[in-house]
Amino acid sequence: MNWFQRPASETQITHGGRLWLYAVGVLVLAFLIIPTLIVIPMSFSESQYLEFPPRVWAVRWYENYFGSVEWMTATWVSIKAAFWTVLVTTPIATMAAYGLYVSNIRAARLVFVLLITPMMVPVVLIAIGVFFAYTRLKLNNTMLGLVLAHSVLALPMALIVISAGLRSYDMNQERVARSLGASRMKAFLVVTLPQIRFSVITGALLAFIVSFDEVIVALFISGGDMSTITRSMFLALRDQIDPTIASISTVMILITTTVFLLAQVLGKSKKVGK
Amino acid sequence: MKPQPVLSVGANAKALRKDAQRERLLLFGLSFPALLIVLLVIVVPVGWLFWLSLFNDAGVLSTYNYSRMLESKSYLRIFKTTFNVSFLTTLICVLIGYPLAYFLSQISRRWAALGLIAVLLPFWTSLLVRTYAWLVVLQRKGLVNQWGIELGWWETPLRLVHNLNGTLIGMVHIMLPFLVLPLYGSMRSIDFDYIKAAANLGANPTKAFWYVFFPLSLPGLLAGITVVFVLCLGFFVTPAVLGGGKVIMVSMKIETLIDLFFNFGTASALGVVLLVLTLGVLFIAHKLVSLDKVLGSGDGV
Amino acid sequence: MGQEKALPIKIQGVTKTYGSIYALNDVDLDIHSGEFLTLLGPSGSGKTTLLMVLAGFNRPDCGSVRFGEREIIRMPPHKRDVGMVFQNYALFPHMDVAANIGFPLKLRGLAKEQIRPRVDEALATVQLEGYGARGVDQLSGGQKQRVALARAIVFNPRILLMDEPLSALDKKLRERMQIELRHLHEKLGMTTVYVTHDQREALTMSDRIAVINDGCLMQLDKPRAIYDQPANAFVANFIGESTLLPVDQNGGAPSFGGVALKLAQGSADGELLLLRPERLIFLDDDDRAEFNRFTGVVREVVYQGESFLVYITLAGGYEVAVRSVSQRHSIAAAPDVGDQVVLGLHRDETVLIEGSTDGGMD
Repeated sequence: MNWFQRPASETQITHGGRLWLYAVGVLVLAFLIIPTLIVIPMSFSESQYLEFPPRVWAVRWYENYFGSVEWMTATWVSIKAAFWTVLVTTPIATMAAYGLYVSNIRAARLVFVLLITPMMVPVVLIAIGVFFAYTRLKLNNTMLGLVLAHSVLALPMALIVISAGLRSYDMNQERVARSLGASRMKAFLVVTLPQIRFSVITGALLAFIVSFDEVIVALFISGGDMSTITRSMFLALRDQIDPTIASISTVMILITTTVFLLAQVLGKSKKVGK
Repeated sequence: MKPQPVLSVGANAKALRKDAQRERLLLFGLSFPALLIVLLVIVVPVGWLFWLSLFNDAGVLSTYNYSRMLESKSYLRIFKTTFNVSFLTTLICVLIGYPLAYFLSQISRRWAALGLIAVLLPFWTSLLVRTYAWLVVLQRKGLVNQWGIELGWWETPLRLVHNLNGTLIGMVHIMLPFLVLPLYGSMRSIDFDYIKAAANLGANPTKAFWYVFFPLSLPGLLAGITVVFVLCLGFFVTPAVLGGGKVIMVSMKIETLIDLFFNFGTASALGVVLLVLTLGVLFIAHKLVSLDKVLGSGDGV
Repeated sequence: MGQEKALPIKIQGVTKTYGSIYALNDVDLDIHSGEFLTLLGPSGSGKTTLLMVLAGFNRPDCGSVRFGEREIIRMPPHKRDVGMVFQNYALFPHMDVAANIGFPLKLRGLAKEQIRPRVDEALATVQLEGYGARGVDQLSGGQKQRVALARAIVFNPRILLMDEPLSALDKKLRERMQIELRHLHEKLGMTTVYVTHDQREALTMSDRIAVINDGCLMQLDKPRAIYDQPANAFVANFIGESTLLPVDQNGGAPSFGGVALKLAQGSADGELLLLRPERLIFLDDDDRAEFNRFTGVVREVVYQGESFLVYITLAGGYEVAVRSVSQRHSIAAAPDVGDQVVLGLHRDETVLIEGSTDGGMD
């Protein structure tokens, strides 16, 4: 029996009978991946029109990027903002996730939904609201303003991920630790936190990415020297299709992929010996 | 049966009640920093903005901003465009996303994990990067046209960007993971025993699918549709870049109003309408499907 | 020096409600210093709730709990100094066995050099010498349970709480562990409160059993007393097999089926007659005076391996079962379906209980 005739599931439908489904699946997956990744080889194309495959390989767009003071400043701003956002969002989200999970108040559910709202409200609305407030408070074009806004945008993702991690964690372990003499906080730090570490790290990673990739709010509230890379890219795109952006995109993909892989590595559980 | 005790009189009752309250408040209070920044950065400014929308240019309380919006043809066109784009994007996502989710749910978990990486890859690639990728691929001298002409499929370059087509393609690409993920989750959790029972009762695979599997996958599908539609309503970047100025969505208009005219009155009115629409869709969907189960709030321990 | 190994526990008036449901209803319970007391009851009876109140994880609405002389009801769990073993062991997966066991000692500020010998001692006590370096995921169920136990006793608590620790083990292992736990208790001497829904387990291990149902204490007594003289229909039904027959009081001279009953000393009160299958015997024609007699017809005989059951319908339509050990002798003497038989219950084993036949309390 060749592969086509073998059953694909317990209902005895064969792989051959499902071929159309497999074809569609693979095509859609290709649709998802290829455009995302195709920027990378295209960025090495010498031509202005970014050919694929590149007829002539060159790094001129990278030279453009790394050689430009404005682009480099903007990149640095984005990285710093993302870094600070992680530092602000992760502890706040962890505390909130734990507190809401463990306190038996009915209002906890309401608060949880409230903390998720930044994700559900159209971002442009948040952007103009924040812009309006920041104009009064003179927080526009400041790192503080940027980090604050990004932290709020990153909070829902981090909160959801960490809450999910708590739900799949056996709370009895914390209780045991407390029965053995650890206060609530100590039990959390020594027993619970190491075990929900993966969720917390994933939450932190998502916070980084939310901040690093954020466009709309940054469009309004960051500018001049404080312009983020995304803002600069967006403005450049509105005018013309600047091929330098292909190299910037590749670098951005590199950065976020590295952060992602780092999270995978750090998240692997380790044994703590005596 | 012993007589029920009167609680307020029991030993230590008051002290125990106070202890319980203190503990609950302390734990609940852990969420206050998060609550604080959300209130300060979102609720207050946005609320302030809505307040603004109720005042006309002269600073008098009125519905001027709203009536201007509802009467103007260009604003109505913007709403129509927004709805069209959102609806079409959602539709296309369902048409190609459902088979993909189904495909992933039917193959072994190991292979599905690989497929899911492809679905998740967009999440950690910047939105802007992906939009730009489509710009490059779809432009007149871009990839699609290059190959299409080389292979002789068409002669003059197709206009795939800076119009509705490009916008739709880009948005479908961005939104697809948001549909596939909840749908996939819902499908994976369907107990295969249901399908086996249907087969045993006489249904062929096609009937088993339509009568048993598909209805059971509906909650996930509805959740996915809601998320996609709501995201499309408020979407900004992709239509702005790929639409070439011909596809104007509400969010883009808001940006223009602020950026070019500093017209907070109209912009905030527009924003209010957008928010109300968004919340309306979410509310309806929640009634149908219980969205917070999908996202998961705390359970208390 | 001179410190007692165990503390008595005094529970008074403890009530816990969830809305309108009473999880614990004005419970009073005195636990002697050093005894092995089992809280026995069906799921939802409140036994685990009570244990959690003792541990400090469940704050009751009112009441008093004393460990020795100290009132501890408002004390947080980490100050109570009790050892606790959970149903699913709850071993810390990110620490090895020795780190798990040493954890409470580390919390109490002991130095590494002081911790190691005590951890080794605890491991020896639960017969797991040399397992210190193992990871938690390398242990079998029974071993995990022993590590949990070692962790709970290593800091010499004077009270030990156990929440159905053996329910996850298979039958043979469970029975072996029951005996080991019992030996451990005798060796260490701490007051032990043990929660289970398995009545056989309770009967095997306990000094005394507290039967709990619906948040109320049904009976507190030694195992034998609870088995022989259950306080009410619930206890009679929950522990051991039983049939309860209605009895005519006749103002002080109880009878069943018109025949007066010969009773054990001081057991004249009660509306129900307790019949346990293993206490009934088949009588020959000789009319031994110390037996109460019941006549009936054999309905079914069921072989169950080490014993067999004979189901009999008595005059009046009541169903009883007689259990006999499967020996050549008793199998040969067993009646056939349809036979008329006479059952005998010794007067010393004839007990009346309060309650009604629907198994509830009045």
